[in-house]
Amino acid sequence: MHMADALISPAVGGTMWVASTGLLAWSARKVRQTLDDKLVPMMGVLGAFIFAAQMINFSIPGTGSIGHLGGGMILTILLGPHAAFLVIASVLTVQALLFADGGLLALGCNIFNLGVFPAFIAYPLIYKPIVGNAQGGARLWAGAMIAGIVGLQMGAFSVVLETTMSGISDLPFKTFVWLMQPIHLAIGVVEGLATAAVVSLVLRVRPESLPERQTTDHHAAGYRRVVTGMLIAALAVGCGLSWFASTRPDGLEWSMGKVSGKEELEPPAEGIHESLAKIQQKTAFLPDYGFKSAESVVTTAQPAQKKADQWPAVSAGTSVAGLVGGLLTLLLAGLIGYGLKHRVAASYRRDQTSTDAEHP
Amino acid sequence: MKFGHYMEVGKMDELGRMDSPMHRLDSRAKTLTTIAFIVTVMSFRRYDVAALMSFFVYPFTMMAVGRIPPGYIVRKLLIASPFALVVGIFNPLLDKQVMGSLGSHGISGGWLSFASIVIRFSLTVTAAITLVACTGIHRLCAGLERMGLPRVFAVQLCLLYRYLFVIVDEGQRMRRGVEMRSMGRRSLSFSTYVSLIGHLLLRAMDRAQRVYQAMVSRGFAGQFRVMRPTVVRWNDVAFMVGWAIFFAAARVWDIPTAIGNFLVGGVA
Repeated sequence: MHMADALISPAVGGTMWVASTGLLAWSARKVRQTLDDKLVPMMGVLGAFIFAAQMINFSIPGTGSIGHLGGGMILTILLGPHAAFLVIASVLTVQALLFADGGLLALGCNIFNLGVFPAFIAYPLIYKPIVGNAQGGARLWAGAMIAGIVGLQMGAFSVVLETTMSGISDLPFKTFVWLMQPIHLAIGVVEGLATAAVVSLVLRVRPESLPERQTTDHHAAGYRRVVTGMLIAALAVGCGLSWFASTRPDGLEWSMGKVSGKEELEPPAEGIHESLAKIQQKTAFLPDYGFKSAESVVTTAQPAQKKADQWPAVSAGTSVAGLVGGLLTLLLAGLIGYGLKHRVAASYRRDQTSTDAEHP
Repeated sequence: MKFGHYMEVGKMDELGRMDSPMHRLDSRAKTLTTIAFIVTVMSFRRYDVAALMSFFVYPFTMMAVGRIPPGYIVRKLLIASPFALVVGIFNPLLDKQVMGSLGSHGISGGWLSFASIVIRFSLTVTAAITLVACTGIHRLCAGLERMGLPRVFAVQLCLLYRYLFVIVDEGQRMRRGVEMRSMGRRSLSFSTYVSLIGHLLLRAMDRAQRVYQAMVSRGFAGQFRVMRPTVVRWNDVAFMVGWAIFFAAARVWDIPTAIGNFLVGGVA
């Protein structure tokens, strides 16, 4: 369920980043306000526990397949929503950074899909009301099951929405929904079962390990604020989504890229851009390619749009040129890397020998 | 996720602690540049293929200057690829409109966009992994914290990373114990699994308790004190500005197609 950068547009990635970092900052403030220091190492260790738990599988009877704990629900039950959201986000960040499991710009989507639904929706709205203060038994099982299923269904649906709105995959919305929801129904059942079983085992063996039962009042008081926060977040996301749903997605993809990349990319490019365009005009290198028409839009800086319009009219020659040029550029990039590597290695060896000479 | 992947993380830690011109750059400069890189790559239109190729210069340069073995990065890339490939492979099946041709073969838009997805995926993943390999998770976290990441979250990332290996080791030992007693059956029954995971959880919580006591007895009061000798130097700025110019140029002009046109010449 971890989304990759290659399948989402900057608009969707950026919106979800804003939503997730906002929730992250809010949760961090909440945790800092209410937390006793004891939970600091607990959060770290439980995050590591989730990694370990995801590596251990069990066989699902009668199907021949295997399942494991996802972890969102159990973290929320053990730590409460805010701390759990931080832990889930940290697990996803480490997965993205170290295992390339989910992209960096998709991290906002992934934190939202896998963190918000279990921590801020399934737990307070489903698990808490059903389970209440029950010490295991049918209510715990029902609560964990339903919360697990609902949380994952919402997460999966959100993956579909984000992918469809990005418009990079051709999978139609309906097909994708039909692919994702049933699979995640099964995963949700497994998640719910495993969560309920582990929680009831902990309750049986060491009931004092579940801290939040003593602080029920506190959670009830904070609950209204959770809902308010979620409403604000939903509103913000909704505004963001409807804003870009109303534009043509293709055009928006580029314009958003410009918006989000503007600070970084535009100012230094301006001077070179124009002077290069002038050189271009003089030399008229590649007269039949789009460069010439690009000059006329240099001031409006929308060459991509221009190219987009030309695209269907592309000739065979351009395809061949694209293939040859693309492969050649790849080769060139590789050669640059190779050359640099040798230079770096040589200077490194020089450094080594000089330090060896200084300190024999 | 397999155990072998965790051994690879040990390798990542090793790479992050190396010393090279790339490692010495400020982690914020590298992070911002990589984010700009990913955003630029993602902003390409869905049928763009050749134009993306010039962007390989960035990860290749980082790898070369940072002395990161390319084989390691490629292995990571392959491990991560299934999801993007599975979703992307529907494009050739659904989008059959012919958009270009190579000789007598027509190329459908679906194959073009699939190729575009694969290249984007390779670019973004390679850049992200290389960033971590050239920076190390601790320096990366410290840099992110200085850029406004909430401190609680930065501490959480560091602690999670610190205990990852410890707890995973513990889980592996427990599982090996069960395997040795289960007569060669590989996967666990549900009840064994629950008991195993439950006790792993209790052990982890016990460990957190001990860690907390050890931290408090050494003066911990809710936050980490880190010595941060990081100063932004001129080469950090040059790194960012230089690459920003390159990304902008490669985004605006399709350099590979231009090279191809120059070579193929009059075929068109």
